[in-house]
Amino acid sequence: MLKVSQPIKKILVPLISILLGFLVGAIVMLIFSYSPIQAYTSMFQGALGSMSGIGETLRQATPLIFTALGFSVAYSAGFFNIGMSGQALAGWVASVWVALAYPNLPTYLLLPLAIIVGALAGGLIGAIPGVLRAFFGTSEVIVTIMLNYVVLYTSTYLLQNVMPKSFRSSTDSTQTISAHASLRMGWLQNIFGGSRINAGLFLAVIAIIIFWIMMKKTTLGFEIRSVGMNPFASEYAGMSSKKTIILSMVISGVLSGLGGVVEGLGTYQNFFTQTSSLSIGFDGMSVALLGGGSALGILLASLLFSILKIGGLGMQTGAGVPFEIVNIVIAAIIFFVAIDYVIGLLFKQKKATGTNTGAKPEQVIHQPKGGSEI
Amino acid sequence: MTKSEYVVEMRKITKDFGGFKANDQVDLKVKPGEIHALLGENGAGKSTLMNILSGLLEPTSGEILLNGEPVKIDSPTAANRLGIGMVHQHFMLVDAFTVTENIILGNEPSHLGVIDRKKATKEIKELSDKYGLAVDPNAKVRDISVGMQQRAEILKTLYRGANILIFDEPTAVLTPQEIEELIGIMKSLVAEGKSIILITHKLDEIRHAADRCTVIRRGKSIDTVEVKGTTSEELAEMMVGHSVTFKIPKDPAKIGAPILNVKGLKVNESRGLPAVKGIDFTVHGGEILGIAGIDGNGQTELIEALTGLRKVAAGSVVIQGKDVTNAPVRKITETGVAHVPEDRQKYGLVLQMSLSENLALQTYYQKPMSRHGILNYHEMRKEALRLIREYDIRTTNEQLKAGELSGGNQQKAIVARELDRNADLIIVSQPTRGLDVGAIEYIHRQLIDQRDQGKAVLLVSFELDEIMNLSDRIIVLHDGKIAGEVHPETTTEQELGLLMAGSSVQAAAQEVK
Repeated sequence: MLKVSQPIKKILVPLISILLGFLVGAIVMLIFSYSPIQAYTSMFQGALGSMSGIGETLRQATPLIFTALGFSVAYSAGFFNIGMSGQALAGWVASVWVALAYPNLPTYLLLPLAIIVGALAGGLIGAIPGVLRAFFGTSEVIVTIMLNYVVLYTSTYLLQNVMPKSFRSSTDSTQTISAHASLRMGWLQNIFGGSRINAGLFLAVIAIIIFWIMMKKTTLGFEIRSVGMNPFASEYAGMSSKKTIILSMVISGVLSGLGGVVEGLGTYQNFFTQTSSLSIGFDGMSVALLGGGSALGILLASLLFSILKIGGLGMQTGAGVPFEIVNIVIAAIIFFVAIDYVIGLLFKQKKATGTNTGAKPEQVIHQPKGGSEI
Repeated sequence: MTKSEYVVEMRKITKDFGGFKANDQVDLKVKPGEIHALLGENGAGKSTLMNILSGLLEPTSGEILLNGEPVKIDSPTAANRLGIGMVHQHFMLVDAFTVTENIILGNEPSHLGVIDRKKATKEIKELSDKYGLAVDPNAKVRDISVGMQQRAEILKTLYRGANILIFDEPTAVLTPQEIEELIGIMKSLVAEGKSIILITHKLDEIRHAADRCTVIRRGKSIDTVEVKGTTSEELAEMMVGHSVTFKIPKDPAKIGAPILNVKGLKVNESRGLPAVKGIDFTVHGGEILGIAGIDGNGQTELIEALTGLRKVAAGSVVIQGKDVTNAPVRKITETGVAHVPEDRQKYGLVLQMSLSENLALQTYYQKPMSRHGILNYHEMRKEALRLIREYDIRTTNEQLKAGELSGGNQQKAIVARELDRNADLIIVSQPTRGLDVGAIEYIHRQLIDQRDQGKAVLLVSFELDEIMNLSDRIIVLHDGKIAGEVHPETTTEQELGLLMAGSSVQAAAQEVK
């Protein structure tokens, strides 16, 4: 067993998880007689080997940052938000709708309006399970999962039956939004070799900073953390756990909604029929867990995920590895992250192993010498 | 079999938890047929030692001899086989089962795979009669009193053939009368040749029940003494390592204006059944009103209703002339209420947060702890350091997680946070549960200080000593109603005990005479 301090362990455990994931991926590839070295080389080349590859990787990371932040906010309040797919989808549809409805408004009005409406749409969907849990004690897991389907099929219905015909280019897709509503920036795309990278990335970085300030520096963040860790003590201290849970779910939904907004106004420039729940919702959960809920961790984890996703395409073309294998590698990494407790056991903790005796060793250790033991 | 003077002999037992020695060369020698007390503060290592004896833990070094023969006790089953039985503090009983079913659980006598209930019931009845335990083998556990549940636990160990019985803090949940009964039972057990190890930190019980006493302090055995030739003061000094005051001297109360007025208060418990059934009382400035009663007679619900954590079903709560019936917690707090909750780990602290954040738990939203919603960590830390100093909270630093503090220091942190707000009404529930004498003395002093400053103190405690020593007036709660009001100078523990059990004041006074 290795002896390390707590902060080093915090970095080592995810790193080892990632390496083990790659290792399992390599074994799988060997079994199916693909060369892991060639595959991983083309993966990194695809994701980071060219400016356009880097641009796509950053573009892919953008919505993941939003959904991961969204997940973390709710998770801090003790709320397991699995509904980020739906919340993001609501944001996507709403923002594109606004963009299509007022195509000729100037950019400085239209773009913020579309972003805000998209964010609010996400917040609204997020508020539903929050309110249900706060007032009726409903399990958020079930409500959020089912709401994903509700939003998914509602979005198709809205597109095909409610939107004015003039907004659509076909039954399955809207028109492209006007340049006034687009998050794309010519100069940025030029730097990154014409990739779909867009200003959403800057919004995501701003969101990370706001998230960090909110959680660490504000009374709201204090309340969210407190309610998440101990709702009883929080009620005792006069906080409203109902209010905090709803608020954190609204914030979570707003962030997830923004994840959808950058897909709509940035990546795709339109909305088209979705056949399944948005993967950014679920990947955001993995990113948040891999990043340990910290702002920096989420940034790094979202980059890792987009390298895997974008590089996975490179693996296909460069090494002929099917995308399914790439998904196995990603799944393996998530698996090892999820069992990080087990990996943590590899490290000998500095405190004593737990016992159910009256003496709690770790408590006594911290006491100063001398004086009575209180 | 070599005959030995001792039935249990633990020699130089050391238990090392990764560098921390919970037991360090501890010696314990128990004679056959004696009640041997094991005295020590919380965290002194009593439970570790007994967990080693009962096979839950393996010692790092040292040896155990039973009747002079070295034995290896590597599992609870092995301990069972060797005749060692433990009566746990928290009963290990299945509520919906009968006493018999509980006792035979895991060890069922059966005939062709069918449990032989009749035989078991008969055996248990015989055992019960032999030791005067008075347990009905056919009663369901949920229908019998706490005292009888404990006797069922004792029966369980006897049924499994225990000769050495370990009692882990057995009196924590009992009324004074039940404690007397228990001591009687323990004495009849040793008269029948059993040996008893009694884990406790209550000196009274040792004086009443035990023959000899081994004192443990900080994982080391300090001494083994004959109880008869030793005073409580000497025992206490051995336990904590310095002299202690039991009863804190206090001046007569200077009763001020009424601060808390409760009228016709009714409160339901979580399942919707009435828990507080219409009570009236007043607490004045400058006095400590003690609420005595056995756990579960409405105390918890009463305090939760007063502090806004639970809905009031009927009646009114008025603090400082302001009606705060069913007001939100924060409004009640701001009216001038400090609350030291009964369950300090569930309600009093957020264990995963730092000590400094916990100390700001009631003030984080106000200036100077925060401004326009932005926390001022610098100010928080400064305040925390001041409270740590003034209230003598023992910690390495203010960033330590609250969960890593010892129980006594956790309680001190809560007391510091609550008393420092200078509230007019101080509600404390079970303020010293599980604490050692040093911490108890400290907290009692703080409460008397507050009273002398003219604050109104409402004290709920299941410990009669605490109620008697601190209160200026005592009301006894029984079944959600006030069974009587008495004064500590004119009442006795017996009278209080009877009131707690539901007698009226007159009846209780009669019976005591």
